[in-house]
Amino acid sequence: MNRYWNEYQKTIADDHYFYERSCIRQTFFPGSETAFLRILREELGKDIFDDFRQHTCTGIGYHADIVPFETTMTVCARLFSLMTEHGYKNYVPSCVTSFGVFTEVLHTWQEHPELLEKTRENLYKATGREFEIPENLVHPSDIIYKFREELAGKMKYRLVNSFTGKPLKVVEHIGCHYAKIFPDKGVGKAEFPYVLAGMIESWGGEVVDYPERRHCCGFGFRQYLIQENRGYSISNTKKKLESMEPYEPDFIVTNCPGCTLFLDRWQYTIAEMEHKTYDKDGYGIPVLTYEEMAGLLLGYNPWELGLQIHQVQADHLLDKIGIEYNINDKYKGVSGTIFRKPEKPTILQV
Amino acid sequence: MTTVAIVGAGVAGIEAASVLAAHGVKVKLFEKEASVLGNLRSKAFLFPNFQASDQIVDSLTAKLLVDGIETITAMEIVDIKHTSDGWHLSDNKNHDYLADAVLVSTGYKVFDAARKEELGYGIYKGVITSLDMEAMIKADKLVNAVNATPRKIAFLQCVGSRDEKVGNHYCSKVCCVTAVKQAIEVKKRLPQCEVTIFYMDLRMWGQGFEEMYRTAQEQYKINFVRGRISEAAATFDGRIQLKSEDTLLGLPLKMTTDLLVLMVGMEPSEGTVNLGKKCSICGDYGFIQSTNPHLSDNTTAIDGLFVAGTAKRPMTVQDCVNDGRSAALAILSRIDTTGNLGAE
Repeated sequence: MNRYWNEYQKTIADDHYFYERSCIRQTFFPGSETAFLRILREELGKDIFDDFRQHTCTGIGYHADIVPFETTMTVCARLFSLMTEHGYKNYVPSCVTSFGVFTEVLHTWQEHPELLEKTRENLYKATGREFEIPENLVHPSDIIYKFREELAGKMKYRLVNSFTGKPLKVVEHIGCHYAKIFPDKGVGKAEFPYVLAGMIESWGGEVVDYPERRHCCGFGFRQYLIQENRGYSISNTKKKLESMEPYEPDFIVTNCPGCTLFLDRWQYTIAEMEHKTYDKDGYGIPVLTYEEMAGLLLGYNPWELGLQIHQVQADHLLDKIGIEYNINDKYKGVSGTIFRKPEKPTILQV
Repeated sequence: MTTVAIVGAGVAGIEAASVLAAHGVKVKLFEKEASVLGNLRSKAFLFPNFQASDQIVDSLTAKLLVDGIETITAMEIVDIKHTSDGWHLSDNKNHDYLADAVLVSTGYKVFDAARKEELGYGIYKGVITSLDMEAMIKADKLVNAVNATPRKIAFLQCVGSRDEKVGNHYCSKVCCVTAVKQAIEVKKRLPQCEVTIFYMDLRMWGQGFEEMYRTAQEQYKINFVRGRISEAAATFDGRIQLKSEDTLLGLPLKMTTDLLVLMVGMEPSEGTVNLGKKCSICGDYGFIQSTNPHLSDNTTAIDGLFVAGTAKRPMTVQDCVNDGRSAALAILSRIDTTGNLGAE
């Protein structure tokens, strides 16, 4: 552990959060945001507000060079105005890209107060709304990190292989926009981020430090959003998977929508293209969000957390941890309807 | 009889003490460590003639065994003040020493490589500093992270020097040639070991340095790559994976080595920074500011307070010997016929 980043402490508010949902997470990992709200409200007894009027931060459009920065600042200002309207001061965006965008916007306003005034004017002219700058901007993973020990005391399971008694080997991957743009805004900064590593260690697991730990997950916005560039996207994911393979990780955990998606879905594509999987038994390496990881250990129903939606199925991981689940409920909807089972991939085992 | 207090028994301090004593000046030489010449003792051989540093240590310590020099070790001077009866030096045990003049030769410390997080020093066993490499050469035992003979070693120049990110814009002057020296020492012991030096530009400014650089390439087949290392990480088998760019070829480069040696630069020692601040003679980066770099490089803005050696800036051993003598001369030139320090 590098003593310099160990000494660094990020300010994370204790309570009263305004939550902003991600554009894509509810589609790709539908249980994660709900699990986060449940953990905060039911496990930690915190006040967190989830406004139904929220909207995009423009992040994907901004990083794809479609949305100009002036627009991004005004759209972010409208989100801040919702927070202000409800009397909150601590802003918590679910998405790492949003966290990066908000950090950039706030930093820009700090360096160029005239742009803040211009944004206030733009927002007022367009919507008649006003806003205050958040006192504390943190990512939800920061909050789970802050209360990781308290949560550990409430957990039903630990990150331990119930067959061998050994700690599970966990690859943690941080979204680039969490700490690589503004290193001092991330717990542990950019080189050895500690936000997920801290959770893993506190909950009984062992962090895998592999050579391509800091490498891009493969999303990289333009690598994927521009169809012709998708070869770059998958080759980056492949580089990471190859680098972590010798360590035989039990699963991967991330704090970014894009990272979870690409590290998960590209495993299927690589298996189809090259008949290659990155675990010994051909099931692939499960990729979880940190909310899913916390929810599982707290004893939440894996199917309510949405694990069946992932490409790489986590059933073997649940068995390893010793989590009780009903396999018959795996494809049962909220209404009780059993949905059709998805088709099995050719190579990747399910 | 004039008494001069010298704070710091490194190369410059000892050389100054020796010259002053030879001219009848009483010297009190303070050293915070238990033994003198700490930095020099950490070296195995000195460039450009590969002379064993222990020989220089022996020669310099012998100079202290003369009348007129009182060496006080394990005593840290924490404050210096001037009153009507002269200079008062206080140590960390509340002793008070009186002197007519003070020479500050508190020296340097090496840059803490852990500040360059991306290079993994203090995290990966295979990442070491030039100081660690010097110790291995001195012990004549070159091993990698798993105690085996290294087959591949990379050196990285300018760690903590010429680096805006850590706030050190200056060149540490000795690292370029030190890496070449260490690389040659490695090849003398392990001819099969593949050695690469990553550099920004090689500053072979001193007599014999350019020749060493040429010998390193022609005779010892040491590779030189112009590029910085952006990231170091441990591999599954305990080696170190490097990412860099060969800026002459314009290509990214990935390499796995047994050891990565970080050529750590010089920073002012804690003593230098402390006394510089307390006496208001602090210059850039915490080094002590001399009156004029050309003509008055051993005096300071405070009359009676002199400076020598790496307390001012990075220097070689050779530079320090000369600067210690020069400081002694500056002090002697201020002593009048009555043996007192006259007005400037």
